[in-house]
Amino acid sequence: MIARTRTFETTALALFFFGVTTLTVWGFAMPDWLPPAASRHAEGVDGLIRYLLVTTGAIFVIGHAVLIYFILKFEGSEDSTAIQTNPKTERLWSILPVLTMALVSEVGVLFLGLPVWDEIYGEVSEDVLVVDVAARQFEWIVRYPGEDGEFGRTDPTQIDGQSNPTGIDNADPRGSDDIVERNILRLPVNRPVQLRLRSHDVLHSFSVAAFRVKQDIVPGMVGSTTFVPTQLGEFEMGCAELCGLAHYRMGGRVIVMSPDDYETWLSEQGGDA
Amino acid sequence: MSSAHAGLPFWRRYIFSTDHKVIGIQYILTAVFMALVAVGLSVLIRMQMTWPVRLWPIMEQLLPTAYEGGALKPEFYLTMVTMHGTIMVFFVISLALVSGVGNFIIPLQVGARDMAYPFLNMLSYWTIVPACLIMLASFFVEGGAAAGGWTSYPPLSALPGALPGSGLGQTLWILGMALFIVSFTMGSLNFATTILNLRTKGMSLMRMPLTVWTLLVSSVLGILAFPPLTAAAIMLLLDRHGGTSFFLPEGLVVGGNVLAYEGGTPLLFQHLFWFLGHPEVYVLVLPALGIAFDVVATFGRRPVFGYRTTVWALIVAAVLSMIVWGHHMFTSGMNPYLGEYFSIVTVLITLPFAVIGVNLIASLWRADLRLTTAMLFAIGIISAVGTGGLGGLWLGTAASDIYFHSSVFVVGHFHFMIGVVTSFGIFAAIYYWFPKTFGRHMNETLGKIHFWLTISSVFPAFIGMHYLGLGGALRRVYDPTYYEYVRPLQEMNVWITFLLFISIAGQLVFFVNLFRSLFWGTKADANPWEGATLEWTTPSPAPHLNWNEPPTVYGGPYQYRVNGVGGYVPQHTPPEEVECWVGPHEG
Amino acid sequence: MNRFDGTPDLIPVHVAVNSEPKISHRSSGLYPMFLLAVLATVMMLFAAFTAALIVRRTGSDWVPVQIPSVVWLNTVFIVTSSIFLECAKKAFSRGSGSQASLWLGYSIALGVLFLIGQLIAWSVLIDQGFLLSTNTHAAFFYMLSGVHGAHVLGGIGVLVWTLRRALVGAYGIDQYRGVAHAAIYWHCVGAVWIHLLVLLSIT
Repeated sequence: MIARTRTFETTALALFFFGVTTLTVWGFAMPDWLPPAASRHAEGVDGLIRYLLVTTGAIFVIGHAVLIYFILKFEGSEDSTAIQTNPKTERLWSILPVLTMALVSEVGVLFLGLPVWDEIYGEVSEDVLVVDVAARQFEWIVRYPGEDGEFGRTDPTQIDGQSNPTGIDNADPRGSDDIVERNILRLPVNRPVQLRLRSHDVLHSFSVAAFRVKQDIVPGMVGSTTFVPTQLGEFEMGCAELCGLAHYRMGGRVIVMSPDDYETWLSEQGGDA
Repeated sequence: MSSAHAGLPFWRRYIFSTDHKVIGIQYILTAVFMALVAVGLSVLIRMQMTWPVRLWPIMEQLLPTAYEGGALKPEFYLTMVTMHGTIMVFFVISLALVSGVGNFIIPLQVGARDMAYPFLNMLSYWTIVPACLIMLASFFVEGGAAAGGWTSYPPLSALPGALPGSGLGQTLWILGMALFIVSFTMGSLNFATTILNLRTKGMSLMRMPLTVWTLLVSSVLGILAFPPLTAAAIMLLLDRHGGTSFFLPEGLVVGGNVLAYEGGTPLLFQHLFWFLGHPEVYVLVLPALGIAFDVVATFGRRPVFGYRTTVWALIVAAVLSMIVWGHHMFTSGMNPYLGEYFSIVTVLITLPFAVIGVNLIASLWRADLRLTTAMLFAIGIISAVGTGGLGGLWLGTAASDIYFHSSVFVVGHFHFMIGVVTSFGIFAAIYYWFPKTFGRHMNETLGKIHFWLTISSVFPAFIGMHYLGLGGALRRVYDPTYYEYVRPLQEMNVWITFLLFISIAGQLVFFVNLFRSLFWGTKADANPWEGATLEWTTPSPAPHLNWNEPPTVYGGPYQYRVNGVGGYVPQHTPPEEVECWVGPHEG
Repeated sequence: MNRFDGTPDLIPVHVAVNSEPKISHRSSGLYPMFLLAVLATVMMLFAAFTAALIVRRTGSDWVPVQIPSVVWLNTVFIVTSSIFLECAKKAFSRGSGSQASLWLGYSIALGVLFLIGQLIAWSVLIDQGFLLSTNTHAAFFYMLSGVHGAHVLGGIGVLVWTLRRALVGAYGIDQYRGVAHAAIYWHCVGAVWIHLLVLLSIT
């Protein structure tokens, strides 16, 4: 009752998987998908991505090559000889994939990934520049400490959308010189930055693709993320955690300037680098 | 045997039936209906993503509240994204693959006359029906259905003022999910008890078909993993309506008002949610792999390669799946050391999956391949689980996930795993067991057209999403062209939408085939595929209570060609009746 | 049947292919597996709530409330009801069905008293001004005792069904597995309560 298959299926399958394999690998490897790296740890992230591309790409290609070969060779083979399973062979072909994947996966996580993770979450250097970023539906309130180098306390009851968007407590003298901007983050190049991340309402996520930076902002917690911008220029920052109906346009700009330009700008605002 | 059944009125035979086969079909029909809704939502989602600023006068006629002035309202976009995900994961894939196929096939494959608790089984189906209705009803309440993502993170999902869908719609979502969990738990209890205690004489655990093994593992996972989501749902409900602060901290400012909550943390919800969320995806994927093994064995005419190692791999994968949930939370703000732990353990899941993948491919070695439609889908599963699964490594490695989290890369990855792999599992199961269910064959030509239209569209579409993620495109965005750096990628969205329409055309072919075959398909006999497992010992269609006396099992489930010359030894053949001819063979 | 011509890695077909059936595993019936699975899922639910409590109590607003003293009485009720259930089992094992039914009845009655006592505890808290929204520790008390109470209610349902079966003589000297399993469920639910009470008291 089983209809013998036509070779069309076999050829089509082989062609399809060949096409999928080559186009996928080409698609992953050839175009320049990633925005140019603009932070120090971005190099590490991109290196990890290249490693994953090579290793998983190889496994992907080999696996499909074997699949295609078996389909072509054994379709309708009418091989009627007996077949018995062999526990030894089966165990061998379990150990091989297990060892391969253990190697591939943990080299990635431990040798390539841990250093990057440490760069972001590890010890922060002495000359770090701290900037306070408050996220709210649907904008970023960026705050720099003024001349006193300290941030004023915030009080949510004192938030005023127009005049005091981040709710600096008027009673705290340290806050009177804080510099506040919306949706623009200005940073000097090549200097470590630590963003103090707060949210006024729901979950948000500070994300700059070019920096390979992403950190969720949890209301009730002061989060932080650290990075070192390495390229001058303007980069887009966006919100990467669903936060409401205008989540898609909660964007802003990161402007990375030379240290001199940064000093100039800061003193124009009445601050001190 | 079925005379007692025949004496029952129609509504007890086919509506409130306790027969596992009828219940299985009921689940699948319900899943099909919910799939129509979810696919409809996906069409609207893709339309918005592909042409973000276009106006749709016709949509304004059809859905005036959502398309005011011809443009889709952003909050409704979020509703669509949320409900598409929720319905697909729980009310389509889980319903069809686990509850539907599982119910139909488990007693037949273990040699039982029905499930352990047929009445409970009927209850679990009829609990799902109100759950579906509640989910659908939530579209029509004020503010619309839930819109905080299928993950429903608070505070967004807890504060009606933060998002229109977080009003009554979100409450209904929670109630619908609660009913789903009750139903699924009852089903899992039934599955596990049946598989462990109702196997026929001689059916040891290591003689069960792999479909049954994967369904057993899924059921145990469901039993252990769903409760934390129940707890989270109760606490979310209390935060929303009881004024509690389980997940809500102090100082929230919504609509200009400082809210009175204090001390809660949104991260608690995330941990509880993903404690279920991660095992859930294995609940869905593993049965597809089990079905693939069954189909590959039958249409490859050889035993599965590595049956025992596969069983161990399934168990290891399931155990690991319960301790890796934090890989959904690498950027969440949780302790970075915790994140590193989750990353190290998460990538170890590639180990058992590699074993499973190798065993699937190796089961084609020296096979005598018969490329029926079911087999085509099974081979598609092999490719898809590898393709999608390897992408998981990019996400499971914490340092690369910083870039990919919340991007369309994630969307591509999970659509491969819970879209392609699982739906291929459902299709393979249907093409394979349709004769057993309805006593007729599905049309193979239409089946192959369905297969080719589907695989040639879904593979490129979801691989394309990986590229978008590489480019840094974020998910859940109403207008993907807002950010300049991803604007050049927009053409990829056009291609993906075009491919979606091809895949929908493929599914139309499938439904035509299904309907035609139900009434006019060629009649099938008991064992049209020369299968060696127990379901093929009943007539086609399988009658109520399956057997007068279930057969005794004397051997493993995949003894194809073990006795040479194209023969095979069904599981229930006593040793003295086994015929064997062994000719010359390769070493 | 042809003889196998032998190569190292293949074994003679007539031995390897099919063999005598292994011993059936169904002697203990369906219930233990079902009971085990039910207990597993219930335990996971309270484990999740326990984790939530442990995490949440580090919140800035944590001000414990005093557990109403009636709760200690309720605990005595539920522990005693477990003891009575064991007495019922003993009576069944001796064949005294009517005596056993009596113990079952007392057990159920104590279970009902437990639930009433929990409701009284709730009203005490409400009178003291501790609503769900007022105090998080109190909110946990309401939530945990509520979810637990729902499981007690289910247990009472099972026990009532067991009592009905006992009254029609369904249980005998060696045939009271239904009671034994219901008892295991009941004891576990009681143990969960003690766990919750300790947890709520020390946080």
